[in-house]
Amino acid sequence: MSDAVEHAIAPSRLELGELRVVAIVPAFNEEHTVPQVIDELRAFDSRIDIVVVDDGSVDLTADAAAARGAKVLRLPFNLGIGGAVQTGFRFAFERGYDVAVRVDGDGQHEPAQLGRILEPVLRNEVDIAVGSRFAGGTDGYRSSRSRRVGIRILAWVVSRIVGQPVTDTTSGFQAVNRRGIALFAHDYPHDYPEVEATVMVFRHRLRLAEVPVSMRERGGGRSSITALRSIYYMVKVLLAIFVGLFRRNVAPQEETE
Amino acid sequence: MTPLAVSIAGALASFALVLVVLELIRSRRLRERYALLWLVTGLVLTGLSAWRDGLNTIAGWIGVRGYPPAVLFAVGLLFILAVLLHYSTVISRLSDQNIVMAQRLALLEQEQRAGAISER
Repeated sequence: MSDAVEHAIAPSRLELGELRVVAIVPAFNEEHTVPQVIDELRAFDSRIDIVVVDDGSVDLTADAAAARGAKVLRLPFNLGIGGAVQTGFRFAFERGYDVAVRVDGDGQHEPAQLGRILEPVLRNEVDIAVGSRFAGGTDGYRSSRSRRVGIRILAWVVSRIVGQPVTDTTSGFQAVNRRGIALFAHDYPHDYPEVEATVMVFRHRLRLAEVPVSMRERGGGRSSITALRSIYYMVKVLLAIFVGLFRRNVAPQEETE
Repeated sequence: MTPLAVSIAGALASFALVLVVLELIRSRRLRERYALLWLVTGLVLTGLSAWRDGLNTIAGWIGVRGYPPAVLFAVGLLFILAVLLHYSTVISRLSDQNIVMAQRLALLEQEQRAGAISER
């Protein structure tokens, strides 16, 4: 992983202007990787605020994050990835951030590649940019076979529904503008949320684009998705998608500021 | 053999359960996580009611003689037990979380009060 850190020390020249950007870092028992993620975020662009959402960790994740000067939202118990990420979006919404990026605390998302997902959003070409491991044929993503098959099936179903090719529906490496923040702050799916969120984004007529990125092996912790569970999640997510199609949209609250 | 009326009534009632569950998910009154078991219950009972030969065969396997629809009751009961047991685990988790939440709130209030006093 030391290699990746070297990459990160090329500060960005993003045209932020007056825009306030926040990095949402969901973390569950990741005391060893979270400090490094924070350092890499700082190295990438020190203007980006960092908020770590500690999803009920039983290790020192919250302390480690606070020691590096990140804002820490400590959840009283484990909400699961959906609830944790939404906490971050709620924070971004209420504190008036213009753009939010999500960078997982396990170190699989490289802050050095943030420019790729941030730029389309900053240029206002899209409302949400998703880093995809499979768009543009980027390299080496290794994962259990059941998980890869699952990702494929979901990608196929979601692409059909939204009428636009989506290759990596389970990627959490995303940049979102104010419209997306408002939507996610008020309505975000639960466990395994990215798939449903993609469909939701299209139903609210937000513009979504995938950007090729590569991801690292997880630095610490374990994937929340084990082999048997992925079948359960598949069924659950497919059910949620199909029933969701018959759902009326919940309009995100209008901006009050 | 199962009386035809029993098959029809059973299938209609079970299918109605499936529709109600789907509508509850759609209107966001039921989360998918808690709906799955109900959906499986509804689908299995619908299948067993409608597939009359199958019901007879299964009745034969498990030694039910004379009145095959008894299998419907047995399967239905089994699923209801599963749903109830699932809810017991859910309630246990919720009450654990509730305790943690109350404790955190108490700590927070104490901290806030201490802060307010020291400001005076």
